[in-house]
Amino acid sequence: MAADYVEWLRREGRIVIVGASLAGLRAAETLRAEGFAGELTLIGDEPYEPYDRPPLSKSVLLGKASPHHTELPHRWETDAKWRLGVAAAGLDLTARRVRLADGDEVEFDRLLIATGVRARPWPKEEEARLEGVFLLRTREDAAALYRRLKAGPRRVFVIGAGFAGSEVASACRESGIPVTVAERAGAPLVGALGGVVGAVAADLQTENGVDLRTHVTVTALEGDSVGRVRAVHLSDETVVEADVVVVSLGSVRNTEWLTGSGLGAGPRGIACDAGCRAFDFRGIVTDDVFVAGDVARSPHALFGYQFLSLEHWGNAVAQAETAAHNMICHGAERRPHLWMPAFWSSMFGVNIKSVGVPPMGEQLMITQGSLAERRFVGVYGCKGRIVAAVTFDNARWLEFYQRQIERGAPFPVEYPTLDRRPEGRRPVDADFPDPSLPTHGPMVTLSGYSPADQQLVFHPARH
Amino acid sequence: MRLVVDLNKCQGYAQCAFLAPDVFAMHGEESLIYNPRAEEEQRERVARAVAACPVQAITADGPDGSGGPATGSAREASDGR
Repeated sequence: MAADYVEWLRREGRIVIVGASLAGLRAAETLRAEGFAGELTLIGDEPYEPYDRPPLSKSVLLGKASPHHTELPHRWETDAKWRLGVAAAGLDLTARRVRLADGDEVEFDRLLIATGVRARPWPKEEEARLEGVFLLRTREDAAALYRRLKAGPRRVFVIGAGFAGSEVASACRESGIPVTVAERAGAPLVGALGGVVGAVAADLQTENGVDLRTHVTVTALEGDSVGRVRAVHLSDETVVEADVVVVSLGSVRNTEWLTGSGLGAGPRGIACDAGCRAFDFRGIVTDDVFVAGDVARSPHALFGYQFLSLEHWGNAVAQAETAAHNMICHGAERRPHLWMPAFWSSMFGVNIKSVGVPPMGEQLMITQGSLAERRFVGVYGCKGRIVAAVTFDNARWLEFYQRQIERGAPFPVEYPTLDRRPEGRRPVDADFPDPSLPTHGPMVTLSGYSPADQQLVFHPARH
Repeated sequence: MRLVVDLNKCQGYAQCAFLAPDVFAMHGEESLIYNPRAEEEQRERVARAVAACPVQAITADGPDGSGGPATGSAREASDGR
C-alpha cells in the first residue's frame, strides 16, 4: 500500500539529491527536519560544500568578502553522504539509478533534481578562451575576476546589462575602474523590468560613469599575439579597447544529463507539477522524481497556471522545502509550491527589489515616489489585475503590494497611496521587449501553454 | 562562522550594521552588504544581530559550527515565505 511505502521510505529509503547548491542543501535539511531517517546522498559537480552565489557579484567584487568563503550556514544536521566534484551524467528511471561522470552509479528510491543553471558562455569558443574573458557564476569565476579587478585593468567590458552584468559594472565603478557595458536592448534590465524602469537603470549607469552602449551587440572579441583579449568589436562598427571582458548573457539550464532519460527536460528546464513532481516527456507526472530551484518549471496558480521558471534565490529555498516535504509524506499532506516570486539586486548604491512577475505586466504605474528621484514603487498590471511590483530604495512597501497581488487586486491602482506624484496617476506601457527577441535574461521565463510549444516531443538518442 | 541574509526579507532596518559593523554594512540607503564568513571573535555580535533583526532575515551557524537549528529564523523554514 502507498501509505506503507511512505512509512518505509521515511524509515529506511534512499533519497538522492542531484545538485549541492542552495536548493539541494535546503532540501536535505528539510528532509531530516521532517523525520527522514533513511540514506541521503547529495551529488554536486563543484568540489565545494554548498555556497551562496548572490554575494559573488556584490560583496566579493567589492572586496568585502572572500570568493572562497560564501558557504551557506546549515540549519539542520543533514547526515548525508556528499559526492562532491563529480557531475551526474545520466538517469535511468526504470532502474532508479543516477549515473555519475566518473562511471559510478547511485541507486535511489526517490530523487530530487536541483541541478540549477550555469552561465551562458560566449558562443565563439576560440574567443571565449582568450585570457581576460570571464563568466560569473561560480566561486572560481568570482575569484578569478576579482583577482583581475584588483590588479587594476585598463577597462572592463561587460556584455549584457541584466542584473549580474549591471552589478559587475557597479562594482567596477565603485573601485574606480573604467567600464563599458553593451546591451542589445534599449536599456539595462529591460527583460526583467521593462523599458520604463530600464531607463532609470540606464541613467544610474551613465551618471556613475559607465560607458553604456545600447541597441548594440558584440560581434567579436579580439585577442593579441599571446592570446589575451585586447578589444571588443560592436555591431555599430565601433571598437572598444578592453583587457577584461565579462560575459553576462544569462544562463543555461543544466538538463543535458537527462537527455534520453524520458523526463520532460530540455532547455527551458524540467517541467513539474505544483507539488514539484517531475513530468515525463509524455506529460505524465512521475511518482519518485522531484524538482526544485532554478532548473524547475512549475505551474503557478496566481499567474494563470503558467509554467514559471524562476531563477530566484528565494524560489530555490521555498521550492526545495516544498519538494522535500512532499517527497516523504502521503498525498493528502502534500503542499503546492505557491511561493510569491521575489528578488533583489543592488547596484550603484540603489536597492532594487521586486515581487510577482513583472514581465507579465503590460502596464506600469508609479504609485509612490518618482522615477527621476530613483526612489519609487512601480506596480505592473495585466488584464485588470496587479501582477507585480518593483521598488527602488523603497523596499518596505513591497509586502503591501505582495498582498495585493495575492488577492488579485484590480489594476489600475485606484486607492490613494503615500507620496503619489502626478506622474503616477495613470498607467503607462511597461515597455517590455518583444518576447520573441532574445534578451540577455529576464530572470523569469514565461513559458508553456502555447499550442505551438514542441518542447515535449521526445527524440530518443541513437545508441 | 557561516551566515546568510535572506535579502528578500531584509528591509534595511540596519540593526545588524549597528550591532556587528565589521560583518554587516549598509551600502547606499537601503542595501545591505555583509561578509558571509564572519570571524570567530564576531560570534557574540552576530548573535545579537540575528536576534535584533526585525524581520528575522539572518541565519548563522550554531556555536559548534556544524549547523543545527541555530537561529530564530531557522525553524520557520517550511512555510515558504
